[in-house]
Parts: sequence; structure tokens; C-alpha cells
Amino acid sequence: MIPKRFDYYSPGSLQEAIRLLRQNGEAKILAGGQSLLPLMKLRLAAPTALVDISKLVNLSHIRDNGDYLAIGALITHDAIEHDVTIRDRFTLINDAVARIGDQQVRNLGTIGGSVCHADPAADLPTALLVADTRFVMEGEGGRRMVPARDFFVDFFSTAVGHDEILTELQVPRLPKRSGSAYVKHSLREADFAIANVGTIVSMEEDGKTCREARIGFGSAGPTPLRAASAEQFLKGRPLDEATISEAAERAIEGANPSPDVHGSREYRLKMIKVLTQRSLGLALSRVGMTGGGAER
Amino acid sequence: MSGKNVRVAKADELTELSMRINGEECRGEVEPRTLLVFFLRDELNLTGTHVGCDTGHCGACTVVMDGKAVKSCMILAVQAAGADILTVEGLADDDKLNPIQKAFTENHGLQCGFCTPGLLMTTLALLRENQQPTEADIRRGIEGNLCRCTGYVNVVKSVKAAARALSEARKESSQ
Repeated sequence: MIPKRFDYYSPGSLQEAIRLLRQNGEAKILAGGQSLLPLMKLRLAAPTALVDISKLVNLSHIRDNGDYLAIGALITHDAIEHDVTIRDRFTLINDAVARIGDQQVRNLGTIGGSVCHADPAADLPTALLVADTRFVMEGEGGRRMVPARDFFVDFFSTAVGHDEILTELQVPRLPKRSGSAYVKHSLREADFAIANVGTIVSMEEDGKTCREARIGFGSAGPTPLRAASAEQFLKGRPLDEATISEAAERAIEGANPSPDVHGSREYRLKMIKVLTQRSLGLALSRVGMTGGGAER
Repeated sequence: MSGKNVRVAKADELTELSMRINGEECRGEVEPRTLLVFFLRDELNLTGTHVGCDTGHCGACTVVMDGKAVKSCMILAVQAAGADILTVEGLADDDKLNPIQKAFTENHGLQCGFCTPGLLMTTLALLRENQQPTEADIRRGIEGNLCRCTGYVNVVKSVKAAARALSEARKESSQ
């Protein structure tokens, strides 16, 4: 299990890293390596050069900018899990990182690496899509920002160009009286999801009527998806057993999971429904708590 | 970080690097594609770190790097240049077992022993971050270490015993 030969570069600046990517058409970016190295060992990936950005400074921040939370692309899953702001105010992201791989993987794996790998069954892409995250990337031409719905393009492919580097993820602050949750079904803890669902619910002042619901799921197509019809249905309705159940029925409208050894198409659709109910219930129970993600 | 980064390493050349391993500065030469576990085993002859699955699933190759448990088959040696590494060889003080090793021995935390170096290093990092882990904390903490003999019951018992022993030792040393 030895990767094919490659040149290794550890650039001292972002600009140098971008230049190296331009010069090496077959180069890949190495951050924590927890997705890329296994692929290279299996020779499913064989880049001729690796540009190791893990030693770059200024990409390892978690900063509360008021309107949004800025997360540096090199922040590890373990660091996110221990961040109090994320745990209290963006709880679904905490839920998601806590379910990634195992402790050793969380110690090295980065948020930027996970989303750029863009496995449709991964945890963070679903949670970040639901949170309307903005993805900031830098290249020769400067900085640009892409909304989550345009970031995940296809199986294992994103909007990041070959000579661009994802530098920051911006998660907009949740409205008042919001709660959020991410839930996942897998056979073993460390496995990729058979189904996963993330939700954010924001309530009206009466505490009963849903002002806005955001629902998204992964593992059911080439990219994580938002459940537009279910979101629309919940808007302005009370959140109770009946409406949550109806939303779960509608959630699978855009889902197209492929059957495999872990579950048939029908089983996977059923699990998305079940997880939508659980996730909405959990998010609702977190409204108003510090853990709900909104009130300060 | 105790040493220097590798800035450039050419595919078909050997590159010299150094890292601190079990308190000693160690040097060696590697290809860029050499994984940390093979640097430890083949170059430095530190064969206590085991290669189990070699696909990142089993955790037998776990070492502690800059205070965190990592799988040494999932990181390149050049990435670890300059890092501070602790392997199973660094646990015992000559003939005196480390409290974690002692706890595994006394609680039948191993049978064939193949996974043990990885489990010991994972436990070390776990107990540094969480001195009084619950059973759930322990089970979650060792999720990345597969053991095909014990069924984990005695492993969990061993980690609990190690946590107790280390906390006793801390009390004694603070008195």
C-alpha cells in the first residue's frame, strides 16, 4: 500500500502554493491527508505532485464576525468539536464533526479537506449546505466566494478550480429562536452515512409557528441536497408531530439514493424520512437553549 | 515543533529529514511517498509501531504526534518532519512499565497483542485530554483502534484502571 511517486512541496505562502498548482497540472493539495492519502495508497489517485498547505499560517482560525462565523480551511474536526461558539450556536456543525471517522482522523482531518473531497456521504457537506455556508477561495485572479448550493458540483467535485485554494468557510449567524441538528445513520460509528440529514428551524415569537425551516440531506445523489418542498411546507405552520411527519414525506422528493450492499434504494429513502423527523425534533428541542444556536 | 519542515522533496530522490522521537532527535532519509509508519519501522528500526490493515481503519499504527493520536500510515514522513513523536517504545522507563502498560497487563487488556501499541498510544492521548473519562468517552476514544481478540471489555477496563492509576500518581506527586 504505497502511493505512486510524487514531488512534495511545502510552500511558505498562499501565493507560492497557488503558483505551484499552476505549474503542476497534475498536482493535488494536501492538508490533513485523511481522505487523499488513503486514495493514493489504493492508487485511486496518483497526483504527480503534492502541495502541502498544512504549514500555512492564517488558515487556522475560528472567528466570530457578528453576522457570520469565519472558519479557516485548515481547522481540524477535533478543533471544531472543542469550539464553544460552534457547539452553542452552530450545533449542527458540532453534531457533524463529532460523527466524522474516529479520533485519529478528527485530529488530522480538516474542514477544507473534507468539503473539497466532496464525498456525497460525508458529514460536513450536508451540515454546511443546510447552514447556507459561503465558501471563500483564492487563486491567481484573487478571491471569490461561492454559495453552498453552487459549491458541490458532482460526485467528489466542487467549484474550486485546479489552481485555487479554499481558504475560509463563512457560516451566517442563525436567526433568533433557532435550533439546529445533524443526524446520521451508519452501520458502525466511523462509517460513511447510509443516510444523513441536517436541519435548522427558526421560530416566530409565539414559539410555536415555524418562521423558516432548512432541511438538507446527503448520501442520496451526487451532491448533498436541500429539501425545498419540505422547507416550503413548514414555513408559517406550527411544528408538531403531524407537520414534521408531512415534511419528512416531502423531504425525499428530490432524493435519488443508489442501492448498494448497505441498503436498498427503498431502505435509504425510508431512512431519510426517519432522520428528517428525528433531526427536526432535535432542532426544535434546542430552540431557545444556548445549544440552539441563536440567542446570545 | 522541534525541527525543520521539509520544503521540497523530489519524487525520485531521497530527502533528509529529522523529527523528535521519544525525546531524541532522529534523522533519516525518505522518498516523499514514504509513510511515517515505514520511516519509523524500516529506517529507524522502531518496530513497536505495528502495521495492521495499512488502509487507515485499524489504528495499530497509532502514534502520538505533537500531543495528538494519529495513524502513522495516514501521514507522510515528510509531513511529520520537525514534529514531536511518541511511540510505544517511549512509554516504559527502562524496565518499569508506564501506568497505562501496567493497567493493560493487569486487566487482560490484550490477548495476541498486535493492536496493543496503537491502543496504548490512543489511551495516552485520551487520558491527557480527559483525566476522568466515562465509559462512553473511552469507547468513543478508542473507536479508531480495532482489536479482534478481547471484545473491548477488558480494554475499556484497562483504560479505566490506567485513568485511576494516573490520577493517584498525580495526587501523590502533588502532596
